[in-house]
Amino acid sequence: MSDTILYAMEVTLNGLMAGVLYALVALGFVLIFKASGIFNYAQGVMALFAALTLVGIQNGQIPFSHLINAMFGTQLHHFGWKVPAVLAILLTALVMVGLAILVERYVLKHLVNQEPIILFMATIGLAYFMEGFGDVMWGADIKKLDVGIPQGMSETVDQLTYNLFGYGFFIDTLDIVAAVVAVILVVTLTLFSQYSKQGRALRAVADDHQAALSVGISLRFIWVLTWSIAGFVALVAGIMWGSKSGVQFSLSLIALKALPVLMLGGFTSIPGAIVGGLIIGVGEKLFEFFIGPMIGGATENWFAYVLALLFLVFRPQGLFGDRIIERV
Amino acid sequence: MKVRFATLVAAAIATGMPAFAQELFFPSMVYRTGPFAASGIPLADGYADYFTMLNERDGGIGGVKIKLTECETSYNTEKGVECYEGFKGQKPLLIQPNSTGIAYQLIPKVEADGLTMLTPGLGRTSVKNGAVFRNTFNFPSNYWDGASIIIKHLLAENGDDLKGKKITLLYHNSAYGKEPIRTLEELSKKHGFEFNTLPVDSPGQEQKSQWLQIRRDRPDFVIMWGWGVMNSAAIQEAANVRYPMENIYGSWWSGSENDVRPAGDGANGYKSLNMHGANGDYPIFADVAKYVKDAGKAAGAGDQIGSIMYLRGVYEGALAHLAVLKAQADNNTKEVTPAMMRDALEGMEVTEEIMAGLGLPNFAPPFKATCENHGGDGYALIQQWDAKAGKWSAITDWIQSDLEVIDPLVKADSEAYAKEAGITPKC
Repeated sequence: MSDTILYAMEVTLNGLMAGVLYALVALGFVLIFKASGIFNYAQGVMALFAALTLVGIQNGQIPFSHLINAMFGTQLHHFGWKVPAVLAILLTALVMVGLAILVERYVLKHLVNQEPIILFMATIGLAYFMEGFGDVMWGADIKKLDVGIPQGMSETVDQLTYNLFGYGFFIDTLDIVAAVVAVILVVTLTLFSQYSKQGRALRAVADDHQAALSVGISLRFIWVLTWSIAGFVALVAGIMWGSKSGVQFSLSLIALKALPVLMLGGFTSIPGAIVGGLIIGVGEKLFEFFIGPMIGGATENWFAYVLALLFLVFRPQGLFGDRIIERV
Repeated sequence: MKVRFATLVAAAIATGMPAFAQELFFPSMVYRTGPFAASGIPLADGYADYFTMLNERDGGIGGVKIKLTECETSYNTEKGVECYEGFKGQKPLLIQPNSTGIAYQLIPKVEADGLTMLTPGLGRTSVKNGAVFRNTFNFPSNYWDGASIIIKHLLAENGDDLKGKKITLLYHNSAYGKEPIRTLEELSKKHGFEFNTLPVDSPGQEQKSQWLQIRRDRPDFVIMWGWGVMNSAAIQEAANVRYPMENIYGSWWSGSENDVRPAGDGANGYKSLNMHGANGDYPIFADVAKYVKDAGKAAGAGDQIGSIMYLRGVYEGALAHLAVLKAQADNNTKEVTPAMMRDALEGMEVTEEIMAGLGLPNFAPPFKATCENHGGDGYALIQQWDAKAGKWSAITDWIQSDLEVIDPLVKADSEAYAKEAGITPKC
């Protein structure tokens, strides 16, 4: 097999893995958009906030210590203990549920029946608030995140592909773990949505707020539930991205990677987020690898959007999105 | 003059001077928020703590208190220009934009407004030509010096022969990241190495394609001109693809603790440039502790003291300090104006004796600025990260850039700018 084909195969595999990571971020957007029609601008910041909280809890960091020290002249920084990763993840998930309750109580409740653009703008405000709040709560320094996920070249893939093709492919073990986690997450969310009482209520609200309310479904509960699940998805995305390059404030910018995925996969489809992520991941990596060097490189950011736009020409609702039919 | 200036510095530090009614106004363009805050906070803290120390210990500079006002740019060029427009009416003594993007925007503005700007190790390289860029300075070293210093180091390490070697530049796809390309192209012609470039779009969190290309092409050395998350992501990816860490050389904006810590042990051996020392234990820190941290007057949480970016902030403060001292001495007045600062910077000579007097021995390269040379003599060093010890160590002495290559490039670029902007070079 020629070297070019082997490289193309390696790049494709890595693109698939990168696509899974994009899909993890896109999933959070889809969940909230499906249930409430809100495009949650704060999803990227939620991933950052979740990752900051996780590292803070894990390291026994005292929240708001910088603020406390500045106000009272103390020298508080850490409680002096370390929390095991699993417990820290559970505690962070609880914090994200608390955040969902606060968002519903202090933001969404007051905006019922408002235009989607108002709700969208509220999430922009929420994003800025949470970014600042996360900074005050946990500090802005870059934190190493270690929840025990292995990282580095997968020996198994390397050996297997070497035996098959005489060239060992590089795949990051972290990406393989992320792919497995994403599959589990999607299956769980699909089962929850299809077979649980709350899941069906969630779908009912997504279909028609008024009709759902008329049969006794609590809109407030559903919103809290949706934002909690989106918070959990944000936590998973924060763990994966934070493990790659440390937890730092640029983590919130991963939302930019999710937008073309949403445009391509559709804003209302969980499988769409996954398939969209994979197409974007593979497409941008192959384009960068083969065409990038001819046109100066750094094509990934814009190519993802161009690819999404091309799809939109033929399917404006995205690959899996609901077709919008307005009858007059 | 050198002795007089050094004596004045020592006397000012030792005795302080009587208080004076006027204040020395310095704006500080900071990025304590946003994606680059992790680097911006220690940089801003170092600058602020240095001035606080001067105010508390010496009653300011020459007895005149310093007024430092921070303006948040979030490392965003538009916000940086807004900051400048906001404070320019207060006649700031020295502007340090701490961003290449902002520096590019401010170059024509400071010329027009008669203000003075210092961009140590950042901004537009060709401002070194003071005959064209009258009000902007970039000593002690610039990006082109940095690129050349890495090549000189590689030459020294490889028996003065880089013929046939492959060197790849992995760069932030921005004005900053593109700066060293021209120099490296010239140097590749001169020394016969094969030179390739790999851009990374901002912010640079995802670099899989670039590192797969590096894995495929196996360059002998990778030079990295990164910033923010791009640095830590690149170092992690390099560790993942098992590229030898000791063969990667970062710029001085790719060489802080923030860049290497997320990769843990994988970052061990990574090298970068630095335009100042990496030792966090300089004598000045006794005074910073006494007058600033212990007095509860630290700019931030007081937990950044001694880090690379904090040291850079201190260095920027020290350069401003020395310029005020010279302006006061040259004009025999304590009331310093931006024009006096410009003249002081233009005649500045910083020696080891002067830096030691500030409590920063063996910290920064000596340099001499002139009307024609606003960029110093082009010295920097190479430092290496020891993951186990968790610290940077200098592995070379100060290395001077290849001025035979750099100076003609500076001349060509600055003259092109002068032609475009309708400036008649003069000294």
